[in-house]
Amino acid sequence: MTPWLDNLNALATGLFLLTAFGMVAMRQVRGCLNLFILQSVLLAASAVLLGLRYSAGDLYGVAIVGIVSKVILLPWLLRKTAPAEIYTRREVDQVLNIPTALLIALALVILSYFLALPLLNAVAPEFRGPNLPIGIAGLLLGAFTITVRREAVPLLLGLLAMENGAFLAGIALARHLPLLVELAIATDGLIVVFIVGVLTRAIQKQVGTTAVGEMAHLKETPAGGEAPR
Amino acid sequence: MLRMILYNVLQVLVVLGFSPLAAGVLNRLKEMVQSKHGPSIFQPYRDLWKFFHKDEIVSEESSWIFRFTPYLVFVTPLFVTLLIPVLTTYPLFFAFMGDMIAGGFVLALGGFFAALAAVDTANPYGPVGASRTRMVGFLAEPVFMIVFFTVSFVAGSTIPYIVQEKWITPPANFFMPSHVLLMLAFLMLILAEGGRIPVDNPSGHFELAMIDESKSLEYSGPGLALMKWGGYMKLFVLMCIFLNVLVAPWGLASAPSSGAVLLAIPLVLLKIFGFLLVLIVIESSLAKLRLFRIAEFLGAAFITAVAAMMMQVFLVGR
Repeated sequence: MTPWLDNLNALATGLFLLTAFGMVAMRQVRGCLNLFILQSVLLAASAVLLGLRYSAGDLYGVAIVGIVSKVILLPWLLRKTAPAEIYTRREVDQVLNIPTALLIALALVILSYFLALPLLNAVAPEFRGPNLPIGIAGLLLGAFTITVRREAVPLLLGLLAMENGAFLAGIALARHLPLLVELAIATDGLIVVFIVGVLTRAIQKQVGTTAVGEMAHLKETPAGGEAPR
Repeated sequence: MLRMILYNVLQVLVVLGFSPLAAGVLNRLKEMVQSKHGPSIFQPYRDLWKFFHKDEIVSEESSWIFRFTPYLVFVTPLFVTLLIPVLTTYPLFFAFMGDMIAGGFVLALGGFFAALAAVDTANPYGPVGASRTRMVGFLAEPVFMIVFFTVSFVAGSTIPYIVQEKWITPPANFFMPSHVLLMLAFLMLILAEGGRIPVDNPSGHFELAMIDESKSLEYSGPGLALMKWGGYMKLFVLMCIFLNVLVAPWGLASAPSSGAVLLAIPLVLLKIFGFLLVLIVIESSLAKLRLFRIAEFLGAAFITAVAAMMMQVFLVGR
């Protein structure tokens, strides 16, 4: 039974890594959201498998809270608050082109291995799984997603993906993580989604776009010139 | 010894005989998904028969490469068939000659000459298509390499008969992350190398858009038949490598009796039919990518292959 659980958990983390890559590269906002949902499902699966493997009941709670908040409530909330227009649009302008972004993301994953290596050597063998390095990789890739994206909702999803990565590492290291922590973070995440959703709607109403990456510079309209984009 | 040679020849005959059938089934299923009736599944055999009985026209401006290429395109998949497990889990007589990397290079040789021949006649569309095949080819090459490196890293060997055992001993190994991610990466490679839909449209005959089709554009008669048959066999061989070596050796004969080997033929065909169904789903649900998006598609395959390798590195620390 143990090798099955170990391999399935490793598989869940492997696919988790792939979804993190996908969120860097995916052009459509809706695809990005679907990838995030899939990533949250994989996080919950990893929690359940680790719970079965080490008979840690708290991890089931983590999985349930994760599913309810990130798979059910979050997309619903986002759909309610953010403008519907963003789901149909394609985001063509990223800061880097996609192959370059993917190669940099790859370098980040290799970096995360070297970050995780001393940590893995420091802990007892039962904590040495793929969760820690991939959790760190998920964290870095989430941050990278925020860097290269210019659309409001993928930026938010990058932030939440960072949180997913941190949790993936956390469930392997702290199996009896109090459920309260997870609940607090889940609520926090939902409130962030709510605020960003409302904010996006407001931005779209004000300037007619949700490509917030282009609003990095505050410019006044020069007299007689064109309005800044 | 004689028995092993016999099985090896049988393996070649299976690939030779059933590869047009696989292509026919694929075409028919695809048309059925599009709610058309579609041609008979035996249509590729009829096409080949017809082409073999037609006259061949060869341009006066072409060189020996043009005449030599159809034979090479026809022979290279058969040569690879000698090396890989198509029906058996134990190595046959000629299997000592090369491993998976050798097989990949032999297949690449056919592709190289096909591209040369397409340029050779100076038909304006040939070089366009040939340069596109090369573009897909050189983007696919690093993925091939990483897949083989990962396989040798995980299984400790690039000999297909050792690799295929690794994935199912113990059975839990089937769900190793590196295994599943490798399967994904190789599936994307098959789509690219076989000229299937997200990369190339196999049923499109529009010269400006064709990639894979362009290499047989100038051929007629028996030459065209050999090119087509070689193409069918290449897809069949790639599917065999994928299903028997990289997925699992299920359904293959493990006993050296002729009954077991003969039983393996329908089982392998069943596996290939299952794979064709997956291919149909992919081909029917995706649109062909624009030419410059192919780099992104193969970039995704590359990332998947490297992720498979990284997963193995992460697990070694355990």
